[in-house]
Amino acid sequence: MCDHCGCNLTGTHERMTHRQQEAPRRHRVLPVLAELLADNDRQAAHNRAHLDAHGVLAVNLMSAPGAGKTVLLEATLEALKGEFQIGVIEGDLETENDAARIRARGVPAYQITTGTACHLDAHMLHEALHHVKLDGLDLLFIENVGNLVCPVVFDLGETYRVAVVSAAEGHDKPAKYPALFRTAHVTVLNKVDLIPYLDFDEAQFTADVRRLNPQMPILRVSCRTGEGISEWVQWLQKTLQTGYLSPQTPRDR
Amino acid sequence: MHELAVCQALLNQVEALARRYEAQSVRGITVRVGALSGVVPELLAQAFAIARAGTLAGDAELVIETAPVRVRCAACGAETEAGVNRLVCGRCGNEHTRLVSGDELLLVSMELTA
Repeated sequence: MCDHCGCNLTGTHERMTHRQQEAPRRHRVLPVLAELLADNDRQAAHNRAHLDAHGVLAVNLMSAPGAGKTVLLEATLEALKGEFQIGVIEGDLETENDAARIRARGVPAYQITTGTACHLDAHMLHEALHHVKLDGLDLLFIENVGNLVCPVVFDLGETYRVAVVSAAEGHDKPAKYPALFRTAHVTVLNKVDLIPYLDFDEAQFTADVRRLNPQMPILRVSCRTGEGISEWVQWLQKTLQTGYLSPQTPRDR
Repeated sequence: MHELAVCQALLNQVEALARRYEAQSVRGITVRVGALSGVVPELLAQAFAIARAGTLAGDAELVIETAPVRVRCAACGAETEAGVNRLVCGRCGNEHTRLVSGDELLLVSMELTA
């Protein structure tokens, strides 16, 4: 066998010169093809089923910071007061300011403070739902963290997604943030009363939205003047009254 | 930046699978990120470099496949590539299309070390 090291004489083959060869490491490629956000999606499906079982229409309000989600909510609560039982879940990094504003109008609100998370996810909503009385509730608004990017990725289990964008942000928001406008069910264009003072090309805005989501209604409102609020409220009333099936998850659209 | 949250979800899945297959470690992970997924590949790579520490994938290489935006036209039936903010049919220009690929966030495969 080995005539270099003299092991055939001494019998100490392994110790002296030949290190015990390590068992070769085996590598294998495992095909998976699973959703990265499967865990969130599972939780979202659970939330969706839970909300559906209680007959609650859940609306995820999404926008950049300052587009007017909370003011739109306040105007909506004023218009629908007495007609439907409404609850609100607020999402912000810090403060209870928004929930306090809603409660001041006599509507129950629960505040999620995310700390550093730039979005709400299905686990946060699930936790929040433990603090919301769903029995007898018709409509639950979830005001997401002000952000056009991150919240889009996370299905919460909502029934509808509403994209709120203000004219003051410029007409190119749909082109710059396509994922939000593609997965929304309704777009609310807020602060239309400011359009005469802005370089807001509404035809371009509308065309850009149509190239992403041609059937989505665009509702023009001004929470300040009240313009268009009745059409927005009518959309909510029609949806609540005619009954609805939970639309597909955002990724099915 | 939500890419860190996405990485954490990825690593939870990866570790669970690695344990199920009794792997010693994970050498490689391949994911597919659609252009319309809302996740930025460069940011995902940066987040992964941080998030993998202390996991079974601590030395794993992350390979990110990007998936193009493809739509199927409701009017003419064609399947064509589309712009990320312009989901119109490449053949007839109709706006009524359905996304066929482009928003996926998939764990495609893993390379395990026994």
